[in-house]
Formats: sequence, structure tokens, C-alpha cells
Amino acid sequence: MKGSRIHHFHGGLRLRHNKKISCQVPVERPPLPEELTVPLLQHAGSAASPLIRVGDTVLKGQPIGFCEPSAAVHSPVSGTVMAIEDRPMSHPSGLPGPCVVIKPDGREQWVELQPVDDWLNASPEQLIDQIQHCGLAGLGGAVFPTHAKMRDARQRHIHTLILNGAECEPYISCDEMLMREQPDRIILGARILRRAMGAERVLVAIEDQMGAVHHALSRAAASSESKNITVVKVPMIYPEGGERQLVEVLTGLQVPAGGRPSDLGMVCQNVATAAAVAEAVTEGKPLIERYVTVTGNGIAQPRNLLALFGTPFSHLVESCGGYKPDVSRLVVGGPMMGFPVATDDNPVVKASNCLLALTADDVREPQAEMPCIRCGECARVCPASLLPQQLHLQVRNGLWDAAGEYGLSACIECGCCDLICPSHIPLVDWFRYGKGEMRTREREALASEQARKRFENREARLLRRKQERAEKMAERKKALKSKTAQQDRIQASITRAKSRVATPAGNDPSATGDGKNQ
Amino acid sequence: MLTSVLLLTLLGLVFGLGLGWASVRFKVDSDPLVERIDALLPQTQCGQCNYPGCRPYAEAISRDEADINQCPPGGEAGIRALADLLGREVKPLNPENGEEKARTVVKIDEQRCIGCTLCIQACPVDAIVGAAKLMHTVIQSECTGCDLCLPPCPVDCIDIVEVRSGIRDWQTPRPGDRLNLRLLS
Amino acid sequence: MTRQFQVSGAPHVAPRTSVALVMLQVLIALAPGVAAHAWYFGPGILIQILLATVFALLFESLMLRLRNRPLKPFINDFSAVVTAVLFALCIPPQAPWWISCIGMLFAIVFAKHLYGGLGQNVFNPAMVAYVVVLISFPQVMTAWLPPASLAENSLGLMDSLVSILGGQPGTGWDAISRATPLDLLKNGIEAGQVMPDILRSPVFGVLGGLGWEWVAIWFGVGGLFLLYRRVISWHVPVSVIGSVLLFSLPFWLLNPEGNPMPLQHVFSGAILLAAFFIATDPVSGCVSNTGRLVFGAGVGIITLVIRRWGGYPDGVAFAILLMNMAAPLIDRYTRPRMYGE
Repeated sequence: MKGSRIHHFHGGLRLRHNKKISCQVPVERPPLPEELTVPLLQHAGSAASPLIRVGDTVLKGQPIGFCEPSAAVHSPVSGTVMAIEDRPMSHPSGLPGPCVVIKPDGREQWVELQPVDDWLNASPEQLIDQIQHCGLAGLGGAVFPTHAKMRDARQRHIHTLILNGAECEPYISCDEMLMREQPDRIILGARILRRAMGAERVLVAIEDQMGAVHHALSRAAASSESKNITVVKVPMIYPEGGERQLVEVLTGLQVPAGGRPSDLGMVCQNVATAAAVAEAVTEGKPLIERYVTVTGNGIAQPRNLLALFGTPFSHLVESCGGYKPDVSRLVVGGPMMGFPVATDDNPVVKASNCLLALTADDVREPQAEMPCIRCGECARVCPASLLPQQLHLQVRNGLWDAAGEYGLSACIECGCCDLICPSHIPLVDWFRYGKGEMRTREREALASEQARKRFENREARLLRRKQERAEKMAERKKALKSKTAQQDRIQASITRAKSRVATPAGNDPSATGDGKNQ
Repeated sequence: MLTSVLLLTLLGLVFGLGLGWASVRFKVDSDPLVERIDALLPQTQCGQCNYPGCRPYAEAISRDEADINQCPPGGEAGIRALADLLGREVKPLNPENGEEKARTVVKIDEQRCIGCTLCIQACPVDAIVGAAKLMHTVIQSECTGCDLCLPPCPVDCIDIVEVRSGIRDWQTPRPGDRLNLRLLS
Repeated sequence: MTRQFQVSGAPHVAPRTSVALVMLQVLIALAPGVAAHAWYFGPGILIQILLATVFALLFESLMLRLRNRPLKPFINDFSAVVTAVLFALCIPPQAPWWISCIGMLFAIVFAKHLYGGLGQNVFNPAMVAYVVVLISFPQVMTAWLPPASLAENSLGLMDSLVSILGGQPGTGWDAISRATPLDLLKNGIEAGQVMPDILRSPVFGVLGGLGWEWVAIWFGVGGLFLLYRRVISWHVPVSVIGSVLLFSLPFWLLNPEGNPMPLQHVFSGAILLAAFFIATDPVSGCVSNTGRLVFGAGVGIITLVIRRWGGYPDGVAFAILLMNMAAPLIDRYTRPRMYGE
């Protein structure tokens, strides 16, 4: 069967994975924080508009924000809405955004949940609607709204659902813990997703060192009495958990440049998303919490927590015994692709899979850059087969056309080139900047093109109007002229008659003009 | 001596003919100059260049009547692009035409608007909608920030506002050039 | 409680390597070859390395100061030292001190800093320096000593010092300098001698020149260390050696009396040094793997062409400079296929 053989992708790195330190104790819920800050923008897309007002009482699981093309946001606790205001929201920019601040009442009273009664016989559209209402988004980190991905998948012919459990970034272990603790729920979610998207088979990809997980998932898959669910071990070469790399590892096929896995009839979903789908459909529970790995050498007792969205990072860290004294950097996500936050009052959001506290020894000094010596290591490790050293020069010198031609937009920002670079050039920073700049340029070019068209249309309209007016004027003049001409002719004939009377021979055409002048 | 002179002349002739033939045979068709200049202008249609719009300015440049440094919205980058295209020296923006500013849009204070339609007539890109004696409003996504609607307004109800850069427009800032390396490609 | 943290871009991992580490490993890999050189040809090479390094660092700091660049990171990156050592390995061990001075002037000032410093040079600085002194001072540059075992009175450390610092080729030097194996080979073939006769000269060993072959082998061993440490990729050395073997094979098969054995080509002259240490210079070479294969093949073939038909007994330096010129073009045409394209 296709998919059972493991293939390779270009480049990548073998990294120390540092996952064990956070896998020692079972996952628990931390105590309720005093206040939760739930951002209204947690996905790709625009911010949800709030459905509640300041002072309202909300129940656990009650929708508090909704936005049509994107996913809904729900209250993670029962309590009172204290404020709706701009606050730090765990975004790479560090900019504040609209958040709902809720003070929990401690009763944890749920809204009435509306599960899909019989999912095996429900229509795919009904399942997708339920998933949308429950606010599901990709929990691997990209937080693309799940329902949108599923709707897109339904319009194409999808044969394979890939469940991504290959958590390739070092330190992060939340998916591994979830797969260990809830294998049945993941398999159930996979079956629901498969049914809703009309796929035939399911491949669950896990890393080849997750022995216990393989066992648990295989048993869950076997006991679900559902066929065509295969658990596949993939080699641990970062970034094998990237969507495109995973597709290549599993099938040997490459997703076309600028395309999506659905172009090949495949859809990737994170294992945590699958578990959330199962909860949403069979229990009606909206997405209000997730597994978060709190780890790193700057944390006293690294572990995984089941955290409500809106919980401040500081609260999670306290639940893990606090910081170690030499902590210097706090990263949301993994060490390769995560972004640093300046303060720990940012909240847990749907995208927060890991909270990584690092010491100065763990990280590169921010200022130690040398010129590129063109060693080519970056090209060797690039999983997108790009030439990072060339792209770096192009971005640095503003050669945007060349950067586009060399595939800047295909960069997945995995950080391999950056890590391997002997000159310590912050390549990923440059590429992120370059990609943003190129998007802005495209947008501006579009806007200016539109302005040009509108200006030309207006000019054309004004010209047309002027012409029309001129024509009308000319017509009127002509009409007037024809009137005078008629009178002239009458006058002329009168004159002619008179002159004929005076001088018998005088049929000169100029006489008309003379007559007019008289 | 004579043979070498003859030989060189002959070679010169042959190569000259070859080049001439190639220039005709492999001629690269490109947009007329006006189009290419126009494509580099910001299409603000603000008239700060003393021409009634970007295209007239482009035509003036192509006829050598206008200089390349008369477009404040295009700024330094725009001048550089024009200089590149036309093979001229980069020069600073002519201060008589204005200075480079952050992009803005205008907003009509709807409380004060009396519905005179003067701004609608002034807008070069039809970005203001409204009718006589009715309130007007600016379609912000179409506004180029040319500010041409400001002078005609009899009640000063039009304000210049910064373009709102939300979290979605945020982009990673340019990394610092610590070593100040001038890298050439 | 809110705490402030340091903010800096991803990845948040300590780097594995640095420019200095790369250069340092190159220096370590050169050590066995240098030791062999000193063993067979006397301690002159050590003095030359020292001299060239001093001059290189001098010019490097001067240029950095003039160009307003920080001294510390660029002096500590060892790139100037690598250039100096490679240059010193190319010149006769008893060459006067000003050869090093002029060589390093051209390597560091002209070939490196006037092109923009580290990472910006189009040509390999050591090879530029070598070619400049080779063309300018042919007499000095072709006066090589025979291996110590063949010399009647080999030069000790003091003799070498006197010879080098004396500033001009000593009187005794002319007497003891001898044609190198490659000189003999070239002159012999051009004079119509057959290979077995030429090889009868005592300066030849089993594969290349006596002593020279061992120096080459030790450079090869150092190169294998670099390969193992992944400082260089296998493409350039394999392609250089492979192209030398393949290109010389038909000539040797057709006329074994008038052409050296392919292996003899590999082990004589600077082929192995170039294959592992000079043609692998990343700055002036190709970036893509296919490009590196083309680059190496070019170096090998041009070297042989110069050896066979050119005016110099060895052509590695010229071959590398010529291929340096072609490198950007090769890179352009050997761009790897992007994912999903």
C-alpha cells in the first residue's frame, strides 16, 4: 500500500529533542486563575466581534465572540465579563488586541451542550457546522480554522487524512502526552474527520521514538473496529512535522509550489485537533482549553498542563514551581519556530502549544553576526530546497523580483538554515521581514493599480461629459444657425428680387453674402 | 601594415553589420516609455507634481518637460526607481513639490458635512460617495490620500487620518545591520 | 507578577558552529601536511607560515581599521591565518621574507578587502597572492630545495632563517636548489624523453616526487578529517581528483611512454592540497552541489591542460582563479529545484 513505505525530504536537521523532561508526570489542570484574558483574534482571519457586554455573566462554554469565515471564541469559565479592551494577546508582534477579560466565579457552570446525536449518520455538512460552532482551529500552531479546511477539502477529491503527531520541534511534548493519555479520542476524531471530508484512509504519523504512543494508538485504532487507520512511524529529522515535509515522508510526493496538500488528495490535521473534534461532535464541547507544555531549563518543574484559554503564562509557570533564577528568555512555541514574548502576562491561546523558558546558555547571543562565507550549509539543510544565502542577499538589498523568483514565499521559516549558519546571520528574521515586505508591496501595487484605473475611468467620464456637452452645444448652435440661415435665405431672395428690379443682370453667388452683411 | 589596416576595417565592418542585424532581429518589444514611467508612480493622483495626475506627469517626464524628483508620495524610493528606468542620476525630492510623508487617508466628519458635493468633484479617484444635500462619505479603501478634497470643502469637515495599521498588517521589522555590512549581490 | 524577558528572533537555540570554528578546523587539518613538509624539506616552511601569518594579520588589521570595521571579530575568525598558511605552503620554503610580505599585501589588501572583506572576495586570496609573486619573481619562486634526504647539506633552522631573512637568495642557495619533479617531468617530455628515463631521476618517489608524495598524502588525510567534520562537502575533492584521473587516463593509455600515470598526476604538485583545501574555499567557489562538481572538474582539467601544454609545470593556482571567475555563472545554471516545483 502506498504510504507504508517511508520516504525522505531534502535537508532538515537532527536536533536534541529534550522532550523527556516534560513527560515525567501526568497532565493536570492548574488551579483557576484569578482572571482570564481571552483574545478575540486567535486564528488566521479577522478578529471576532464580541457577543457579550461588560458586566454580563457568562457560562463555561458560552460563545463570546463570533466571526463568520473564521472560528468562534467561547468563554473558558463561568463568571463575569470585567472588560473588553486591548491587551497583550500572545502574538509575535507583541501588540495588544481586543480581549475579553473574565473573572471566574469558581462554579464552573457549563452552558447547555448540544452534541451531534448520531455522528455516524449525520451529514458531513452538519458535522462541519458543529465543528465551526465549537471554534475549532488547527492546534499544531498555525490555527487555521478547521471548518474552513474541511469545506475546502470537501470540494476536492480527498482520499487520505493525515493525522500529524510528529511533533518535530524540540522540547514540545503536548501532542505526545495527549496521544499517550487519549488515544481513543484521537482515533474517534480521526473517524469523524474522515467521514466529514469523505476520505478513505487515515495515516497517523508519529515520531519513531514514541514507542508507547505507537502501541496506544494502534490498540485504539484496532479496537475502534474501523478499517484503514494506520499508525506510521517517521524518522525524527526536523522539520518532518511540517505539513509539506510530512506529505513527502509518507507518500514520496511533493505538494506543488503555492498549492496545498489537498491538491494531492490529502489533508493534514493535528492529533490535538482530532481529539477536539471528537469532543466537539460527540459531547458538544467547544474548544476552551488545550495541552500546553511548560518546559525549558528556566522552569523548576517542567511538565504538561491542560490550560484554559486566557490563563496568563505567569499562572502556568507558578503551577510548575516557578522560574529558575537564570531564566532569560520566554518563548511561545518551540525553540526553532516559536516567538519570544517580553512579559509573561500574555494569555494561553489556541496556538500556544508550548511555553519555553530558556537561560542565556541555551540561546544564541542576539548580536554576533559575521558576513556570509557562502559555505552552502543553509542550502544543504533547507527542507524547501531553497538557496537561503542568495535569498538573504536579495532581501537585504531589496531585490524583490529576484527574491520572488528564488522562492522566498516558499520558505517555511523552520530555522534550519539559521541554526546551521556559521556566520550566525539571523536568516529567519530576514526571511520573515522579506515575506512581509513582499506582501505589503503586492498590496500596494494592487491599490495603486486600482487607483490608476479609477483615475482613468474618471478622466474618461469627464472627457465624455465634456464632449457630450460640446456636442449638445454644437447642435443647439446648429439649430440656431439653421434658423438664421433660413431667415438669411428669405432675406437674400428679397434682396435679390429687389436688386433684379434695380439691375436686370446680377446672379452672383456672393450677393448672398453681401445680403447677409447688410 | 596595409593588410592589418584592411583586416581591421573589414572586421569592424563585419561586426558592425552583425550587431546592426542583431539589433533589428532581436529587438525587445517593451511598453512605451510613458506606460513604464506611469507604472512606477504611486497613482495618488494628488497633483503635487504640478500636473493633473500621475499619467500626465509621466507623459511630461517622457517628453523631458518634468524632472524625476517632483513626486512627494513616491518619495526617495520612487525617484530611485525612475532614475533606474531612465538612466539618470538620483536626486533629492524637490522641496517645492512637498515632502515625503506617511500615507494617510481622509475622513469626512458626517456631523458637519452639508452635502455640497464639492469634494466629490475634486476627488481624482471617485472615492467619495454622496449626493447634493445628503451626507458624503469617503470609501477609505479607495482613498489615495491626495488631500485634494480639503481645499474645496466650505465647512472644513474633512480630516486627515493615519492609515490604521492593525495587528493583521503587522510585519516582522527589518533586522538591524549590526556590522553595517554593505553586501553586494 | 509580570517579568520582563529578552526578545530576539527564532531559532532560540545556541549555534553549533562559527566561522572561526570552521577556519580553525581547516588549520588543524593542514597540520599533518605541514609537519610532513617540514620533515622532508626542512623547517623553512614553519618560518614561512609564521612570517605570512604575521604579515596577513598586520594587513588585515590595517584594512579593517581603514574600512572602519571592528577588529576583534574579524581578526579572531582565523580567515587571514588560513590564507597565510595556504600561501606559505605554495612558495619555496627558503624564499626571502619579502615574498611573504608582497604576497600577503595582494592577498589581504587587494584580493580580500578591496572586494569587500570576508565573504566578498571573488578570487581565492592565497591563489591571487601566489600567482602575483610567481609571475613577478619567477626566479625566486622556482628555486625549490630537494628533499632533505637527497641534499648534500640540508638546511637547518638557522640556515633557513638566514636565508629567508637575508632578503635575497643566498649564494649557497643556488647551488643546492634543484628542479622539482614536475619541472623535470615537463622538461623531459618536451625534450622527447620517455617516461621510464625521466622517472629514473632520484627526485621521484613511487607515485609523485620523493617526499612530495607523502606531503600530498598527509594533506589528503587532513582533507578526510574535514570531510568527516563536514567542514567541506565531498563534491569538490571527488570532482577534482576524479577529473584529473579521468582526463589523464586516455593520454596515458594511448602513450604510456610520453605521459605520466594518472595517479602520478594526482600525487604530484598541489592537486591534493587544492582538492581539499583551496578549491573547497566556499567564498570563491560554487554553492550548489552540482555547481561544486562542475567547479572541481574545471579545476582538474585546466590544471592538466596547463601541465601538459602550458608554460608552467603546475597549473593549480591558475585553474582555481579561472574557475573562481566562472563560479557565479555556474551557480546560476545549477540552481537546485525548489520543493514542489
